[in-house]
Amino acid sequence: MTSKTLTHLQRLEAESIHILREVAAEAENPVMLYSVGKDSAVMLHLAKKAFYPSPPPFPLMHVDTTWKFQDMYKLRDKAARDAGMELIVYQNPEAREKGINPFDHGSLHTDMWKTEGLKQALDKHGFDAAFGGARRDEEKSRAKERVFSFRTASHRWDPKNQRPELWRLYNARKAKGESMRVFPISNWTELDIWQYIHLEGIEIVPLYMAEERPTVERDGMLLMVDDDRFPLKEGETPVMRSIRFRTLGCYPLTGAVESTAKTLPEVIQETLLTTTSERQGRAIDHDQAASMEKKKQEGYF
Amino acid sequence: MTTQDKDPIYKTDALIAEDIDAYLETHQHKTMLRFITCGSVDDGKSTLIGRLLYDSKMIFEDQLATLEADSKKSGTQGEGIDFALLVDGLAAEREQGITIDVAYRFFATEKRKFIVADTPGHEQYTRNMVTGASTADLAVILIDARKGVLTQTKRHSYLVNLLGIKNVVLAVNKMDLVDYSQEVFDQIVADYTEFAASIGIEAFVPIPISGYMGDNITAPSENTPWYKGTALLPHLETVEIESTKEPKSAPFRMPVQWVNRPNLDFRGFSGLIASGVIQPGDPVRVLPSGKTSKVAKIVTYEGDRAMAVAGEAVTLTLEDEIDCSRGQVIVAAQSPLEVADQFESTIIWMDEQEMVPGRAYWLKIGTQMVSATVQQPKYEVNVNTQEQLATKTLDLNAIGVANITTDREIPFAPYVENHDLGGFILVDKISNQTVAAGMINFALRRAQNIHWQATDIDRDAHAAMKNQKPAVVWLTGLSGSGKSTIGNIVERKLARMNRHTFLLDGDNVRHGLNKDLGFTEADRIENIRRVGEVAKLMTDAGLIVITAFISPFRSEREMVRQMMQPGEFVEVFVDTPLEVAEARDVKGLYAKARSGQLKNFTGIDSPYEAPDAPEIRVDTTEMTPEEAADAIIARLIP
Repeated sequence: MTSKTLTHLQRLEAESIHILREVAAEAENPVMLYSVGKDSAVMLHLAKKAFYPSPPPFPLMHVDTTWKFQDMYKLRDKAARDAGMELIVYQNPEAREKGINPFDHGSLHTDMWKTEGLKQALDKHGFDAAFGGARRDEEKSRAKERVFSFRTASHRWDPKNQRPELWRLYNARKAKGESMRVFPISNWTELDIWQYIHLEGIEIVPLYMAEERPTVERDGMLLMVDDDRFPLKEGETPVMRSIRFRTLGCYPLTGAVESTAKTLPEVIQETLLTTTSERQGRAIDHDQAASMEKKKQEGYF
Repeated sequence: MTTQDKDPIYKTDALIAEDIDAYLETHQHKTMLRFITCGSVDDGKSTLIGRLLYDSKMIFEDQLATLEADSKKSGTQGEGIDFALLVDGLAAEREQGITIDVAYRFFATEKRKFIVADTPGHEQYTRNMVTGASTADLAVILIDARKGVLTQTKRHSYLVNLLGIKNVVLAVNKMDLVDYSQEVFDQIVADYTEFAASIGIEAFVPIPISGYMGDNITAPSENTPWYKGTALLPHLETVEIESTKEPKSAPFRMPVQWVNRPNLDFRGFSGLIASGVIQPGDPVRVLPSGKTSKVAKIVTYEGDRAMAVAGEAVTLTLEDEIDCSRGQVIVAAQSPLEVADQFESTIIWMDEQEMVPGRAYWLKIGTQMVSATVQQPKYEVNVNTQEQLATKTLDLNAIGVANITTDREIPFAPYVENHDLGGFILVDKISNQTVAAGMINFALRRAQNIHWQATDIDRDAHAAMKNQKPAVVWLTGLSGSGKSTIGNIVERKLARMNRHTFLLDGDNVRHGLNKDLGFTEADRIENIRRVGEVAKLMTDAGLIVITAFISPFRSEREMVRQMMQPGEFVEVFVDTPLEVAEARDVKGLYAKARSGQLKNFTGIDSPYEAPDAPEIRVDTTEMTPEEAADAIIARLIP
């Protein structure tokens, strides 16, 4: 064998590894934000590859809302252990104190636990670079996000003031107090992610695969009753349905789809044949048009 | 829906439903094509991309529902679907109805995955187009069939060629609006052929299309029976690009990104292979040090490899323990890269603040960052006419050719040979913004012929003879702030202590060494550079140098600081408020500046950038010159 053509997944993988290494080499105190979802799983897997045989030279951090699915917590702890990385779990103490939850507080839940929580966690540990698993194909405003995205000292994103990114050259210089979010899987699509998980045998939360689970239907969304904090309304009784999730977040905010796809290839099959986009399952995107962009300017990932 | 919905081939794939495993198997072997679309504002770029997404089933029902609603609200296509709304991103842009940044879009067919850079057609956004083009394998240049080859078309074609994109598609759009006329199409192709040849585009593929109606997008259109070529998407699926070709016999090159040291027994060099092929046992050379060794192993997470090729990210271990760090380049031993510190390069300026010749910027090339200065451009290129114009600087979106000097030798390849080893960015040292992109054309020979002459009596010996530690006391502040007065007292006091000093005064230097310089920004920078070099020679001679210069720009003071040994540069900010300095007006200069007789006067019509963290700050409204001098001496001689 003297020659070889790289496939699209191999090119994407090499690009992501290059980005991960650039940050490890240039940032003073990087961290990988880990949400336990499939994108995070791929990002973590790429980090293991990028630095092998060393463990990734930065910690994993989960900005927790206390409202994730139980299965997510289980995999989170295991994944960090397997990668040989330190796991930092951060919960916004103010949100905890006030008992902020998705049932009573609407969008305040995301603001306080996630947006504020993330800012607090980054400040507390003095991280100057945070990897995130966002992809450009997820949403319109993300399509224009840079791979290295700069935030002011107050964590704001200014879409008008982002640095041009040419070739494979990323400018990681910044003033004291400023930080950057880095998105190593910017150029991956949902299908790329699934194919890569399949090809590489990456462990993901079982909730992505269909199973009989207790559910209730609310506002057109199918919600899973993951624990006894779920306040059932009068006349509501959880119904067992065969469901799976296309994205994972806080369980009261994450809509399931009815499905019988129990294996990864079956999930990919459904994904390819499906007619609705991935983010439709997330309540926060329905707030208003261009809502993601608003949230991003405020500091939500 | 008024849009056509014709070719089902790209919309469903029977294999998905029938045999998902077989489908996955084929799709894992897809290749990838990155391309840019460029055209003028109304040429229909966004519509074309929206159409490609739609035809390749990348638009989901919920997005389509939003799209239909949006089309009714703010679309420009009446009752039809406005595909442009699908790809125009940020909210503000959507309201203005224009795309103002680079947006990346994704779609896939059964043969390839595509990444599209949607780049803007507005004149002031050259920087975005260059950004999008830098990673593209192919460019689709759109022309409105009703308008033909415009100035914008020429500009985009010039940039595409400048960035080294070899595959060009000329998409003559809106054919539906010229009745699918072959005559119109042929005329445009003829016009473009002539122009393309004149700027060095060797070949291009012209296709008549309608993004809005879907003609010749996925399949040959019945409306253009006279067109015998392939439709756009089949062309994009099959065109041969660099990364799908057999790797040429290009020599091996890998910039080292990260040194991998998990423990004392393992030392690997991680990087992305920029060209060529590597196998264990291959002899390699590390540049710029020139040390040689052989590849021991190609280490990856999946296990050691027998071979790795351009485009792969790997970790190499070498047979010998040789020095190698981030920024160095591992190359095939028998065909090393050139190493130099002076280059002619083409520069695209991307910042609101114009280029300052002589100022030091960070230059990032491959994985290394060095300090570099850009000389006054040889010329600027008018991107519309490709004429060469004389210029003193480059401002936002200007493209020019200039010599660059780096503070150390770097391994490189001309950009035309290798984009990874010949493309660079310039970063402002104060704002940290990426201010320019550049491409190395060639190294200047003179750099290789001047060597540093080592002398036996070195700077330490000079200093030891004088029994003192050399230093540069750099007094900076407004005209009339008291720099010379304080400098003079410092020197007097040091002389009394038997210290050997020299005072360089701003006015005095301009009578001789810097007689040829005026007060423009570029001249002021050169003034400070020369003074810095003189001060450096004097510290090499063991002297304590005191300088009194307004030196208004942070970058240049920083540049002088970098010239000196660590700790040798003592920046003294003589802080006098403008009103106070102006009230003193010892030399009558403020009065002249106020009356307009004196131009570029610091504090009046030229800025003074106060130091952020000077070693010493002297507040002359609270301290006498004597007290200030004592504070400075206390720092020099503790």
